[in-house]
Amino acid sequence: MSTLARKKGVGAVIWDYLTTVDHKKIAILYLIAGGIFFLLGGLEAMIIRIQLAVPNNDFISAGFYNEVLTMHGTTMIFLAAMPLVFAMMNAVVPIQIGARDVAFPFLNALGFWLFFFGGVFLNLSWFLGGAPDAGWTSYASLSLASPTHGIDFYVLGLQISGFGTLIGGINFLVTIINMRAPGMTYMRMPMFTWATFVTSALILFAFPPLTVGLIFMMMDRLFGGNFFDPALGGNTIIWEHLFWIFGHPEVYILVLPAFGIFSEIFATFSRKRLFGYSSMVFATVLIGFLGFMVWAHHMFTVGMGPIANAIFAVATMAIAVPTGIKIFNWLFTMWGGSIRFTTPMMYAVAFIPSFVIGGVTGVMNATAAADYQYHDSYFVVAHFHYVIVGGVVFALLAGAHYWWPKMFGKMLDEKLGKVTFWLFFIGFHLTFFIQHFLGLMGMPRRVFTFLPGQGFETGNMISTIGAFFMAAGTIVLLANVVITTVKGKRVGNDPWEDGRTLEWAVSSPAPEYNFAQTPLVRGLDAYWIEKMEGKKGLTPAEPLGDIHMPNPSILPFVISLGLFVAAFGFLFHNDHAWGTPVGVVGLLITLGAMFFRSIIDDHGFHIHKEEVMEAEKKGAGA
Amino acid sequence: MANHTHVQNPKVDVQYRRKKNAEEMKHQIVSFTLMIFLTLIAFFAVGYEGFSAWFSVPFILLLAVVQVIFQLYYFMHMSHKGHELPALFLYGGVVVAFVTIWAFLTVVWI
Repeated sequence: MSTLARKKGVGAVIWDYLTTVDHKKIAILYLIAGGIFFLLGGLEAMIIRIQLAVPNNDFISAGFYNEVLTMHGTTMIFLAAMPLVFAMMNAVVPIQIGARDVAFPFLNALGFWLFFFGGVFLNLSWFLGGAPDAGWTSYASLSLASPTHGIDFYVLGLQISGFGTLIGGINFLVTIINMRAPGMTYMRMPMFTWATFVTSALILFAFPPLTVGLIFMMMDRLFGGNFFDPALGGNTIIWEHLFWIFGHPEVYILVLPAFGIFSEIFATFSRKRLFGYSSMVFATVLIGFLGFMVWAHHMFTVGMGPIANAIFAVATMAIAVPTGIKIFNWLFTMWGGSIRFTTPMMYAVAFIPSFVIGGVTGVMNATAAADYQYHDSYFVVAHFHYVIVGGVVFALLAGAHYWWPKMFGKMLDEKLGKVTFWLFFIGFHLTFFIQHFLGLMGMPRRVFTFLPGQGFETGNMISTIGAFFMAAGTIVLLANVVITTVKGKRVGNDPWEDGRTLEWAVSSPAPEYNFAQTPLVRGLDAYWIEKMEGKKGLTPAEPLGDIHMPNPSILPFVISLGLFVAAFGFLFHNDHAWGTPVGVVGLLITLGAMFFRSIIDDHGFHIHKEEVMEAEKKGAGA
Repeated sequence: MANHTHVQNPKVDVQYRRKKNAEEMKHQIVSFTLMIFLTLIAFFAVGYEGFSAWFSVPFILLLAVVQVIFQLYYFMHMSHKGHELPALFLYGGVVVAFVTIWAFLTVVWI
């Protein structure tokens, strides 16, 4: 039975979202959860900047600063950027390839709930004896010595949410390989779909090393292992290698979807097809491949020797080539285009110089000999904030504005959107540009305060003022979301009017079955081709018929909840007698839920042809 | 994506498939015999006093690689059509893992 356009109570809505397996609702869940963690990470960033605003500040203590700094990095990477990227992928990719859902809807929900419970678990450390305090990289030589349970929360929380990410990545690989509509060849896939594809492959290969590293760390911290303890025959450097074998691909996992989002936006608002599409695909794949060959550039000062440093330096610099190809392709896409400066487009245009600055400092850091100067200074902090904020966060904000009507059926206010953009853009450069110079002047990173009279006062004050601009921008964005939700007008299929890809051919938001008839794709930018031939909709590839849908299920939630309970038990098993039993009960919940999933035959249900026709007449207006 | 519903003479199809299956079975039995044989050689190489570890370790590693290839291509049907993408991802993973270990052994020294 169709659940379209039916008024429901609050309880029913919550139950609906707890059990949903619909990729569009899972996208909203990812957006909300990732958004909340983004605000939390932002709050931690504000605490850091307030503490560093003036020398010898005692706004927070040194120990608490370490916790805030660690949680800022960990939260922003694992719990904000990753899920927000997954929000965009879930909202858009299945529709972009003309599919009715992802390949494994149940696993999609499971991936979300695993991420969610892992994130909640990590953040509960604040209330249960102290957060992790060894930096987001949690180097073993430091983290094994941490006296609180913070690192244990880090290890178990990231392990659980990492499972979720891995499941999500595999799901998108299978979806993109198998679920493309007729005619959607690989070289007709929209750039965002390509980016999702390569990103998912990176997740597939990059997350297992993290899993291994986290299991080793868990053994060392909780079960008497000694993988990283040199006194017992272990090797503390192995953690650094395992972490960065995962960690370097991770930054591409974040930035490739960002490139994909901007590729869509540049083409749409330049009203031109993307310049050099095939070279863009090639560059994306090449960046993904090279991303695995460069991890040791994070460890130049560890003492690997000049040969290793030289090889990893050259490999790192090679990545600038495909990235450069992309930058020029975006510029040439705009060249001669009929450009509209909408909010997403402004982020896209601002992204180019911002990201290039981050890329240039990246090549500077890659120069191994010079890196001995930059290492562990604010120069590095400035560099990675330029690529992550200037690349990933700009892209997520742009993508949120761009696809908001497709996700929620209402346009975000353009005026407020532009206010957000300018506040965020100015604040971003104010905060981080000066940090390059603080670093070159010798300010080390990860210090909770600095002394007066060393020339760091002005730079740090400017940086803090910039952070307040970004906070103001975020608040305007939140206000915009509230105002739009309350007052916004419903929009049609193609609210930007220049949509090129399939998602703009279905109603906003898309019906739960996405396409009443699977479309026939006749080229790159399939919807644009149809529009240019004067057609209103897509060419169907099949007759109208009953649509098979998966049933909703609470089991993904229960499976994840079980792991959450188990993690609590095993975390405290050395301190309390109840630890191990609780851990076992948690695992039994998980395994029991998996058992039920296996034995219950779930054939799904059908939306009948008549219902589809009625829904299309009412909702779509297509 | 695609539902291949060929409307053909079912008898021809059955005959063709029977022949194909027989051929497949032959391949499987041959490779199974070979694998048993290779395993025996591996045991022999380790047990024989005349070979030093410098010979037998690389030798049984080589035999292991051959066995993996047999396993993938004859028992897991990677020789069939439509397995190009799994093959790509498999070899992609092999290359990434190999380069990583290679780097550890040659330049990083952990």
